[in-house]
Amino acid sequence: MAGARMAKRGVPEGLWIRCPQCKATVFRKEAAARFNVCPECNHHFYLPARERIKQLLDEESFEEWFADLRPKDPLQFNDRVLYSERLKAEQAKTGMPDAAVVGRGYIRGRPVVFSVTDFAFMAGSMGSVVGEKLTRAAEEATRLMLPLIIVSGSGGGARMQEGILSLMQMAKISAALARYDQAGGLYISILTNPTMGGVAASFALQGDLTLAEPGALIGFAGKRTIWNTVRLELPEGFQTSEFLLKHGFIDRIVHRKDLRTEVARIIDYCEH
Amino acid sequence: MASPNGFLPFEKDIFEMEELLSKLEGQAGATEEIRRIKKEITRLIQKVYSNLSAWDTVLVARHPNRPQTLDYINLIFDEFVELHGDRAFGDDRAIRSGFARIGEHRVMLLGHQKGHTLKERNECLYGCAHPEGYRKALNKMKMAAKFGIPVICLIDTPGAYPGIGAEERGQAQLIANNLFEMSRLATPIICVVIGEGGSGGALGIGIGDRVSMLEHSYYSVISPEGCAGILWKVATDDTKRQAADALRLTARDLFKLRVIDDIIAEPLGGAHRDARQMGNSLKAYLVRYLRDLKDVSTEELMEQRYQKFRRMGVFEQGPQES
Ligand SMILES: [Zn+2]
Repeated sequence: MAGARMAKRGVPEGLWIRCPQCKATVFRKEAAARFNVCPECNHHFYLPARERIKQLLDEESFEEWFADLRPKDPLQFNDRVLYSERLKAEQAKTGMPDAAVVGRGYIRGRPVVFSVTDFAFMAGSMGSVVGEKLTRAAEEATRLMLPLIIVSGSGGGARMQEGILSLMQMAKISAALARYDQAGGLYISILTNPTMGGVAASFALQGDLTLAEPGALIGFAGKRTIWNTVRLELPEGFQTSEFLLKHGFIDRIVHRKDLRTEVARIIDYCEH
Repeated sequence: MASPNGFLPFEKDIFEMEELLSKLEGQAGATEEIRRIKKEITRLIQKVYSNLSAWDTVLVARHPNRPQTLDYINLIFDEFVELHGDRAFGDDRAIRSGFARIGEHRVMLLGHQKGHTLKERNECLYGCAHPEGYRKALNKMKMAAKFGIPVICLIDTPGAYPGIGAEERGQAQLIANNLFEMSRLATPIICVVIGEGGSGGALGIGIGDRVSMLEHSYYSVISPEGCAGILWKVATDDTKRQAADALRLTARDLFKLRVIDDIIAEPLGGAHRDARQMGNSLKAYLVRYLRDLKDVSTEELMEQRYQKFRRMGVFEQGPQES
């Protein structure tokens, strides 16, 4: 990323991008043609929510729901920047009202309820709008008895600027997903880089199946917090998808190019 | 932090008056003066404690003498049969669980334990639970539900333990499991934040039909120090105070935000000044909640619990106003 100018949507702009993993300089169009994956080392670059929808769902099949939900500033949170101002800036930067996009669509002809959080909007953190949208998505999936897919990507988890209300979104979504589960719904959770904190400790790890993209950072506590507590060197590959797979918390690590096929196949296996 | 004699920074005047009092109490003929000073101390405590800042509240909630789960077990429960172990890895000492009796009720009691002595604190890691603690809690709750026993959760943790082993054993996964299962556990659940309500580590045993807080406890998405470190870049005395204010983490704040059902009043000057009185008030609430929830049908209980959390959050809907 060094030297690259940050673009509107939080990705380096320009003809070339530098891979943070192998440090190779990659032709942007070539990466884009390969699902935004580094052609040299398979590093999975950040993917905006709209791109994710294009990659995973059948062409033009996505119908967005609840697009008119917008965040408020219930605590009038002020950390030298007002949260209300921060929201305006994030909305201008991303063109999104908040970090989640939900709706319905088709995956290789199979109808699904689909949700994705976008890291570019306040690091994909969960406040009231993300919580409400995902809860409604789970409720709609229950009502329509459709498979539910959630693609998570969140740096911090619960959004600090909405305080305790953010924490309570974890409870709210969990309850909706538990009802969906009770009704026999299939929930496939897809973890992308990064999925941390309160997002990991709620909906991201409540799927019937947990898939992860390679090399994603996934965990509860941040590395700095852990280091400050234990003062020990963290093991190689700590909190990566591969680390979680090894420790038994993930069903499959799936390359981005194969996600669509894999999800469709799982849906077929789980049909009632 | 409290000083070695248990006084918090904002209690300096109270401390000085109490020093004076203890000197006078040895002297003959000072009865009138003693009475005057006692009155003055009460007045001072009232004044200080009715104006605590958010950060002061955090300090009271962390007071080393503040009653903890084991203290309440001794004070207000008639019996406690501790049940150990998560059936998978170990017995986390940061969360205690077991059968207990309170009033006419039998319950499953769960609670974080932070410890008072250094030895105890090292054993239970200051109330910071590992995945096995959350797994143990759920294991006991499920058993309670099977036999129609209500669950009481006493929350008192700075947060779930941030460590290598905790991550290897799935800290996020086990908390996620608890939220999922507690939201539909078919028995009444009563949660009370008795000290620190530290983020996911608190919520991991915090989903219930009644969720309340002791007056000077706090409940927050992140610690004020953590928040200051991230948003203010550095955690100083000043930024910690600002973060504590901004997070709206006091019982009064949470009540206004409609996140908790009740604020349970503390004795004058905080629970640490009179654990017995605190215990009595807590017991009265617990017994009242147990009675309230006793005859609610499971179906109704499940629906009410769902709706309780369903309505949380603040947002706008509709076309954008210009
Ligand atoms: Zn690369």
